Amino acid sequence: MPLHEEHKKRAGRNYALGGILLAMVALFFFITLAKLNVI
Amino acid sequence: MQIVAPTLDENSRNAREDYLPGAGDFFALLKPRVMSLVIFTAVIGMVMAPGDIHPVIAFTSILCIAVAAGAAGCLNMWYESDLDALMERTAGRPIPSGRIDRQTALHFGVALSTASVLMMGLSVNYVAGALLLMTILFYVVVYTIWLKRRTPMNIVIGGAAGAFPPMVAWAAVTGDVSIEAIVMFGLIFMWTPPHFWALALYSCKDYKAAGIPMLPVVAGEAETRKQILIYTLLMVLVSILPWYMGFAGPVYAITAISLGVIFIYFSLSLILKKDMKTAKRTFFYSIFYLFSLFAVMGGEVLIGRMV
Repeated sequence: MPLHEEHKKRAGRNYALGGILLAMVALFFFITLAKLNVI
Repeated sequence: MQIVAPTLDENSRNAREDYLPGAGDFFALLKPRVMSLVIFTAVIGMVMAPGDIHPVIAFTSILCIAVAAGAAGCLNMWYESDLDALMERTAGRPIPSGRIDRQTALHFGVALSTASVLMMGLSVNYVAGALLLMTILFYVVVYTIWLKRRTPMNIVIGGAAGAFPPMVAWAAVTGDVSIEAIVMFGLIFMWTPPHFWALALYSCKDYKAAGIPMLPVVAGEAETRKQILIYTLLMVLVSILPWYMGFAGPVYAITAISLGVIFIYFSLSLILKKDMKTAKRTFFYSIFYLFSLFAVMGGEVLIGRMV
């Protein structure tokens, strides 16, 4: 696999993982608010 | 039939060194098409359940069910990669095609299973979490590891795994399992054999090549067609129960009977025509049938609550 393609793919994976982690942080935040009856 | 558990060496077998798996390859491990049906039936299970649930908790429940379904699919692909490589229909999956090695798939599946069950148990309720764990274990251990390579009844018993999601969603709302949830479970449970046997009829060569004792391979096509009809009749009877028991409305009853009659027509056609085209049409109709039935069941209840 050419190097630039590998970098592109690795970057895609990292962005996907980063997006999932951010979504999880937001989800846990909202679950906490829901459990505390704040929202 | 001898079953050999994969060794550590075999776990890294097949992986192509010149290929870096992308996010899409991991997503493919989750069997997204199966996941969509699971999400849909779970949403309807949640709609049907009496009581209120906070929208954030409802979203979390459906997310957990979806991730757990994907994780179970991933672990299924990990265990069955040897069989998948032998079948035309599944040879392009990430592991047999060498895009992901078995060890990675195993870790991915276990991580997602653990995360989804813990999250369901801690953020929704313990009953839903326990049911979700049972669903994953049933699909991976009972169906994939124990039954699939041993008996033609594999999908009859193993079908329970696919029938759990509306029950889990129901438990997420109510915190328990009641008769209505069991009826929804029963409907999917009875739907599974005709659905998979129709698929097995036109994929019989694949299953034979892989040595999987599906009903058409073991008992022959004629017996399979007969069994499809028997299970379809039972399924249609079960499909009327939600209306009979009073938790689904008259529109549902008419839909269940109409779609059921069409399903019986397909099953009879299978016996009379004996061609692969009819088997394929029955398989695709069965998917339409379950989607439509649950859509009408949930839709009618939702509309009833609004007016």
